[in-house]
Amino acid sequence: MRANPFRLSVKKAFAFGFLGAAVLGLSACGDRSKPAADGGAGTPAPATSSGNTILIGHFGSMTGSEATFGQSTDNGVRLAVKEANAAGGINGKQIELKTYDDQGKSQEAGTAVTRLITSDKVVAVLGEVASSLSLAGGRVAQQYGVPMISPSSTNPQVTQIGDMVFRVCFLDPFQGWVEAKFARETLKAGKAAILYDQGQAYSKGLKDYFKKEFEGMGGTITTEQAFTGGDQDFSAQLTTIRQTNPEVIFVPGYYTDAGNIAIQVRKLGIKVPLLGGDGWDSTQLAAIGKDAIEGSYYSNHYSFQEDRPEVKNFVEKYKADYGVIPDGLAALGYDAARLLFDAMKRSASLDGKTLAASIAATKGFAGVTGSITMDANRDAHKSAVIVQMKGGVPVYVTTIAPPE
Amino acid sequence: MDGVAVGSLYALIALGYTMVYGTLQFINFAHSDIFVLGAWISYTLAVGLGYAMAGSAPPAYAAVLILLCAMAFCGAVGFSVERLAYRPLRKAPRLNVLITAIGVSLFLQNVGQLKWLFGTQPQRMPGLIDDKILANVSGVQVHLVDVLGTVTALALMLVLDWLIFRTRLGRAMRAVSHDTAVASLMGINVDAVISFTFVLGSSLAAAAGFLYAMKYPGLNQPAHATWVLLGLKAFVAAVIGGIGNIRGAMLGGVLIGFIELFGAAYLSPHLRDIYVFSILILVLLFRPSGILGTAVAEKV
Repeated sequence: MRANPFRLSVKKAFAFGFLGAAVLGLSACGDRSKPAADGGAGTPAPATSSGNTILIGHFGSMTGSEATFGQSTDNGVRLAVKEANAAGGINGKQIELKTYDDQGKSQEAGTAVTRLITSDKVVAVLGEVASSLSLAGGRVAQQYGVPMISPSSTNPQVTQIGDMVFRVCFLDPFQGWVEAKFARETLKAGKAAILYDQGQAYSKGLKDYFKKEFEGMGGTITTEQAFTGGDQDFSAQLTTIRQTNPEVIFVPGYYTDAGNIAIQVRKLGIKVPLLGGDGWDSTQLAAIGKDAIEGSYYSNHYSFQEDRPEVKNFVEKYKADYGVIPDGLAALGYDAARLLFDAMKRSASLDGKTLAASIAATKGFAGVTGSITMDANRDAHKSAVIVQMKGGVPVYVTTIAPPE
Repeated sequence: MDGVAVGSLYALIALGYTMVYGTLQFINFAHSDIFVLGAWISYTLAVGLGYAMAGSAPPAYAAVLILLCAMAFCGAVGFSVERLAYRPLRKAPRLNVLITAIGVSLFLQNVGQLKWLFGTQPQRMPGLIDDKILANVSGVQVHLVDVLGTVTALALMLVLDWLIFRTRLGRAMRAVSHDTAVASLMGINVDAVISFTFVLGSSLAAAAGFLYAMKYPGLNQPAHATWVLLGLKAFVAAVIGGIGNIRGAMLGGVLIGFIELFGAAYLSPHLRDIYVFSILILVLLFRPSGILGTAVAEKV
């Protein structure tokens, strides 16, 4: 006789469940670094760097919670490639771009860079936005001796990997200082609460720098609460924050979480502005946060409203190609690619060591996001802008230059 | 309050797991994806019907309409999944069906990410219900969304309970779950009953998806890890309540919701998943058949 199905042992049922979960996990890992779906990797001819083309690689989060990061950066890079090719390429050779999606996962980032270098044989790699992913990809690039330029990873550890890893954006110690200065001097806030993502190197680092600087300027941190990226419910942390009556809440996370947090902040009746970092920079921030995010501030690499010729020129061209206003990540992607092409033109050869030396020698490069000079640590030192969300658009508030 | 609201959502999803397990003895891993589908269909409908505009409050019937449409749609999807993926395997070993379920789950996740469907971006669910704070009991805010969500979930569970324990169809479902072969000898159309089970479970999951989107309007993309974890917790709820037991799933869901939210609020929000899975371990250690499950030694 068959056993009564209702009475089948729960242990057995759960064993089945566990097996299933394990298989799910495995199959999720199996799906590696597929090329970006939207024509990102559209290179019909077998790509080589030896013939009449120079192949460069880009890895970014084309899908996932931080999808606009990768997409914007890729658009920026693509625009730079198009311009460089129209202007005759690099010493007569056309540039070809290969983009891989890392889905915002660090193991995928490592695989994507490995594939770009070992199988596609790119001469240089551009990417990533998220610091955790640049750390994963940077280690691979360093190991193979191929230069990598991160357009927008702000965590200090990224370029500490080694002499092959560069960046064209400012660093989090500076960004934390900018935000603390803005909170203390412009917002006149004495008390700040912090809600950070415990799973992201970027968020944790920025939190520490902000805290140090804010306290150094005489402010107090009322409470430090943590969440994990992708969390949906922040009520426990926000209730604690509400009890401490802060004048500003610092949320150094990425835009999806920031949007969700803003919704719940307002739902709980907290009225103070939120303050974020460049990880907020996405059109999706307003799409998710809507009215909840209005009036909040974040620091960024540039604002499309800045009155500089580089910015105006770039915004115009970008809008013509993609029909949207470029965010900071698009601008940095554009700058990173153009800086790379500039170094290639100056470089005697395109092998890793020589090219890296040329990139390291970059001085006073006029980028959309400001003048870029590589220092001894392969970092760029630039000003930051503060923007405020108004009517769904980040509106330029002020520029804060690094201290002398 | 959050505990009750979230708990009743877990319960709604857990019901789907438990009903399928009761009739077919396999874990339908695609069930949590039906829940995600429910949330995203609600979003698509709400935007499609033009309720996304800020400022103008949508009419009160909009929420009900979208809820019912999402339930109907997901019921249809649940029916097709059973008909196309599971029915051909009715006579196959249980493991094959389980693997198929995982395949269906991955299929739904990835189809959901297609550009012309839901895409890979997180989206904001338009607010269909004016979220008022109804009361403030010693610092705990009671939100209209939570109250309506809980009431809807409870009402659906009562309807289901009535359906299963008070109607002929319900009796047929129970008969099939007791012994499929004998039930079919008694003139019950087993295939129809199983299809109905799937439709029922899927539409409950869709309702849960809709209510979830109302409570947490920042919708993650269809394949996001958050959804997988949610589905897993609902499955835990089903196991804690005693898998295969309808009332156990309801109890388990509410219990899990309570433990998670209370733990997060009063102990530490960083360990919220740990509370849930610790309870699971305790239940499996001390009452392996679940709270309302009946333990029977299996004959080998």
